[in-house]
Amino acid sequence: MTISSQQSAAAVAVSSTQDPHRTVTGTARLTGQSLLLAPTGKHGVLPRTARRGRPKIYSSYPVQQGLLNTPAKRMWTAILIIAALVLPFVISRPTTHLFAMAAVFAIAGIGMNLITGYAGQISLGHPFFMALGAYTAAVISGPVGKATYGLGLDLAIAIPAAAVVPAVIGLCVAPLAMRVRGLYLAILTLGLLMVGAQLFKQWAALTGGSGVGRPVAQPVLFGTDLSKTYAIGPLLITRETSMYLMALVLLIVLSIAARNLARARTGRAFAAVRDRDIAAEIMGVPLLRTKTVAFMLSSAYAGVAGALLSMLIGTITPEQWDIFMAIEILAIVVIGGVATISGSIIGAAFVVLLPKLLEILAPYLPGVGPSGQGLISVFQLQTALFGILIMVFLILEPRGLFGLWQRVRIYFTTWPFKY
Amino acid sequence: MNVLLTAVLSGLGTGAVYALIAVSFVVIFQATGVLNFAQPGLLILGVWACSVFAVDFSIPFYVAALLAMVAVALLSVALERIGIRPMVGRPVFATALVTVGLFTVLLIAAFRLFASQARTVADPWQLGAVCLSRGETGFCELQIYHSTIGRFVVSMAILGLLGWWLSRSRTGIAMRATAFDQEAAQAQGIHVGRIFSLAWAIGGALAALGGILLAANGSVVQATDAIFALVALPVLIFGGLDSFKGAVIAGLLIGVLSAISSAYQPIHAPWLGPNFENVLPYVVMFLVLLIKPFGLFGTKEIRRV
Repeated sequence: MTISSQQSAAAVAVSSTQDPHRTVTGTARLTGQSLLLAPTGKHGVLPRTARRGRPKIYSSYPVQQGLLNTPAKRMWTAILIIAALVLPFVISRPTTHLFAMAAVFAIAGIGMNLITGYAGQISLGHPFFMALGAYTAAVISGPVGKATYGLGLDLAIAIPAAAVVPAVIGLCVAPLAMRVRGLYLAILTLGLLMVGAQLFKQWAALTGGSGVGRPVAQPVLFGTDLSKTYAIGPLLITRETSMYLMALVLLIVLSIAARNLARARTGRAFAAVRDRDIAAEIMGVPLLRTKTVAFMLSSAYAGVAGALLSMLIGTITPEQWDIFMAIEILAIVVIGGVATISGSIIGAAFVVLLPKLLEILAPYLPGVGPSGQGLISVFQLQTALFGILIMVFLILEPRGLFGLWQRVRIYFTTWPFKY
Repeated sequence: MNVLLTAVLSGLGTGAVYALIAVSFVVIFQATGVLNFAQPGLLILGVWACSVFAVDFSIPFYVAALLAMVAVALLSVALERIGIRPMVGRPVFATALVTVGLFTVLLIAAFRLFASQARTVADPWQLGAVCLSRGETGFCELQIYHSTIGRFVVSMAILGLLGWWLSRSRTGIAMRATAFDQEAAQAQGIHVGRIFSLAWAIGGALAALGGILLAANGSVVQATDAIFALVALPVLIFGGLDSFKGAVIAGLLIGVLSAISSAYQPIHAPWLGPNFENVLPYVVMFLVLLIKPFGLFGTKEIRRV
C-alpha cells in the first residue's frame, strides 16, 4: 500500500464524516480534498475523531515528513530509548562494553551512510577519518608528559574537536574527490587510507609509531572521572556503564541529527546528487557544495566514532585503521540498510554482536576450533561471515535488515492481501 | 648511475607484473563493467595452488603455474556465476560491494589454506643473476636477476598475445561489443553470459599468474601478501579503468618509479619512512587524478540527463 493511495482514501473518508457546517466546494469534490485538510486555521491538524483508527492519516506534507510521524513510531522510540538507558544496569559489565561498541559503530555507520547511502559517493576511507578523530581526542585529552602529545584537557573539548578536525581535513580532500566519480572515487579514498596509514606510522610523536601505539584520551567529562565507579542510590555506575551512556547519548543526538538532515533540504540534495548528479545540478542543486558537505559531515561522524572507539579499546596503534575496518563499516551499512539511519543502528548491533554470538556458539558448531585447529577459527569465521553476509544481502535484499523488517511489517498490515 | 640502472631494470620486472595484474582488472571491467575487488584473493589462491602443485606434488614449475592458472580461472568463473551474475542491471556500486564481500571470503580461505606458514613456489630462477657490467675489482656493479627477466618476458609475452587476440579475434570483438552495450550485443547473437564467464576466466588466470610471478623470486609468500595486489588499483586508475594499453604503460611506469623510490628515498628522504614505495603508487594516483580524472587513457564518461 503506497502512501499516496492511503492519503486519498483517508481524505475521502474524512470528507464524508466531517461536521455539517463546513461545506464541500466543487473542486474539493473533484479532487477528493476536504476543507478539513485545507491549510487554514490550525495547519494540517485533524480532529481526534477523524484520526482514530487511522494513525497513518497525513493531512499535510510537513506532518507526513515529521521525524516521528506516527503514534507507533513515537511509542516505540520512547520504549527503545528507555530500554537502552536501563540496559547497562541489568546486564554484565563485558556485555555493557559490547553494547557501547555497538553504539560507537552505529555512529560510524551513520557517517558512512550519509556519504555512501544518501549522497551516493562510495568511500572506503572512513577508517582514516576515524583515526583522525581518535588521535585528535587522544592529543587533547591524553595524559600529559608521555612520549606522545597530550594536553590532558576535558572530553567536553576533545569530542567536539574530534568532530571538527576530521571535518576540516574532509573539506581539504573534498575538492579532489569532487573531480572523480563512482569507482574512481572508491579507489581514491582507498588511497587516502593507505597514505594516511603511512603518515600515522611515521608521525611517532602523535601516534606512538608503528606497532607501539599510544595511550588514549582520559575519560574525564565535565570534571567527572568516568573511569571510577559511582553509586547513585542503589545503582552502580561503573566505567563501562558511563562509557556506554556517553556513547548512547551521542548516538541518540547524532542519529536524530542525521535523520533530520536527511529529510531536510541538505538530505534531499544528497539524494538528488546520488540519483543523477547532472539532473540535480540542472535543478539548481550545487554539486560542489553538496558533495563537500556530505564529505565533511561523514568525516565528522567518523571522527566522533573514532574518538569513542579509541577510549573503549584503550590503546591505539597506527595499523588498526586498515581496509578491514572499512569493510566492517561497509558491512554495517549494507547489512543494516543503505540510506536508512535506523538501519545503520540495527546493522551496527548485528555486526558487533554477531562475533560474540559466534564465540558463544563456537563449541557447538562443527569444524570450528581455536586458531590453527579445526576447519576454521572463530575469528576467521566471523570475518568470512561478514563477507558472505554483504554478498547475500546485496543480492537478495539490497535494502538490508531494515528492508526485511519493512517487508514483514507490510505483510502483517496488509494481511490477508498481498499489497 | 649503476644504482639508477639497477633500479630501472628491476622496476621493469615488477612493473610488468603490476601491468599483468592491472590488466586482469581491466579485462573483467571492460567486458562486464565490474571493478573486481576480489582479484587479490584470486591472486593469493593462485600462488597457493601453484605452491601445492610445485612443492607438494613436485610438478615442474611451469606446468604447476599453468595448472594453478586453470584452477583459479575455473574458481573465478564459478564465483561470477554465483555472486555477480544476479547483479546484472544493478548499480555498479552494489556490484563492486559484492566483490568486496568476495574479497573477504577468499582472503579468509587463503589464510586458512596457508595455515600461517610461509610457502615457496619452487621457481627455477631463485636468486640467480646475470652480471651486465663488472667493476675493475671484478665486483659486479650492475646485475639483473633471473626472476626479473622471467617476470618481464613472461608478462610481456602474455600481455602481447592477449592484446592481439582481444583486438583481432571474433571473441575479442564480441567482448568489446558486450562491453559497449550488453543488449545490443545480445541482439547481434553474442552469448553475453558466455562472454562474462570468459572475461572472468581470463581475469582470474592473469591474477593467478601475476601472483605466481611476484612470488617467483626465491623468497617466501604468506597469505597477507595478497594485500600487495591492491597496488594494482592505483595502477589501474593511473592508466584509466577501461584501458588495456593504459594498464600496461601505467604498470611499467609505477614499477620503475617504485624501484627508483626504494633505491633513493631511504637515503635522500628518510623522513618519508620505511616502505614508502608501497604508498608511492597512491601518491602518483592522486596527482594524476588531479590533472586527468579518468586516468591517462581512460574513456571519458559521457553523461546524459
